[in-house]
Amino acid sequence: MERAECLQMIYPELEDTLVVTIMGACAQELYNLGHRENFFYLQHAMGLASSIGLGLATHLPNERVVVLDGDGSVLMNLGTFATLARYRPRNLIHVVFDNGSLLSTGGFESQTASGLTDLDAIARGAGIVHVAMAVTTLDFGEAFLAAVERQDLSVIIAKVAPVGPDHYGMDLQLGENAFRFRRWIQGRAHPAAGHTA
Amino acid sequence: MTVSYDNSKIIFDGIKAAGIKSISALPETWLGPLLQRAEDDPDIRLLQVAKEEEAIGIAAGAYFAGTPHILLMQNHGFLAAINGIVSLAQLYRIPLCMLIALRGHWGEPYPWHTRGGIVTEAVLRALEIPIEYARDPQKVAKQIREAWTFSQSSLSPVALLLTRDLMED
Repeated sequence: MERAECLQMIYPELEDTLVVTIMGACAQELYNLGHRENFFYLQHAMGLASSIGLGLATHLPNERVVVLDGDGSVLMNLGTFATLARYRPRNLIHVVFDNGSLLSTGGFESQTASGLTDLDAIARGAGIVHVAMAVTTLDFGEAFLAAVERQDLSVIIAKVAPVGPDHYGMDLQLGENAFRFRRWIQGRAHPAAGHTA
Repeated sequence: MTVSYDNSKIIFDGIKAAGIKSISALPETWLGPLLQRAEDDPDIRLLQVAKEEEAIGIAAGAYFAGTPHILLMQNHGFLAAINGIVSLAQLYRIPLCMLIALRGHWGEPYPWHTRGGIVTEAVLRALEIPIEYARDPQKVAKQIREAWTFSQSSLSPVALLLTRDLMED
């Protein structure tokens, strides 16, 4: 299974959803499907995509938030699983594409490559109740739809091949992405949030 | 010496008076009474993190959401959060209003706090993060309000350093 296939499968579901991706291949593959104003690409600060997702989901209870994470990034912030479990935002889906590789920085094997380190078990052990493992695109599609319907914090560990896009580059500056992402959110009606800066 | 409950209340009231609705934090001794008030207050959402760098991500999410949010941490937590501050907040122009307990400085009896205390100001300055020291309970509410305002207008991190004079009786 390839990450790009998974992204293509869920892309139609992301039209009205706040999406935070990690850097590199994952960001590029989502962008290549067509940028939307509700996509935020965290091109650095590895590990914090899920923390941004938690901040969005807790402060915007009426929005659905999808985090597209990776093994290399989440290994830098394993505490995030514990914090997510503690606050359990019902509107957050945390997808971790596990390719066992630091693909975007040269393809070195990550700690999950040999199968010794098990992100599914780590997430469960941290207290996440709904954790699914997907090894085929069919698994992944089913797990994602189940997470959408469940309306509860869900983690999906998707085992994907260590391959990425054939080119990198976005017609979008980093600050521009942040400003437009915030503006898109602020343009929505958020009766439950109630506070604007 | 004990943590000042009176001044913790003054700081908490100052946070609320500044319009803050949400706090991310990692508990530490000086911040304990302050965080207890936040936890007990139905108008404040408190998110406790496992490590301070998470709070930089949470603060970014709160900013995108439009919810006034501050971060409470010890200076060693600030040191642990630097990559997030640089490569999320500063890189993407996301404001952070940080209230940082300045342990390991003048009067510090505990050796383990001292290195962090000695380098905190220099590291903040190297990162071009504007700082103020909070020492006087009569001024701290205004300092919090101004820190918040400046973070929002400059779209950058700002730090208010909570000193021993303020935090201990």
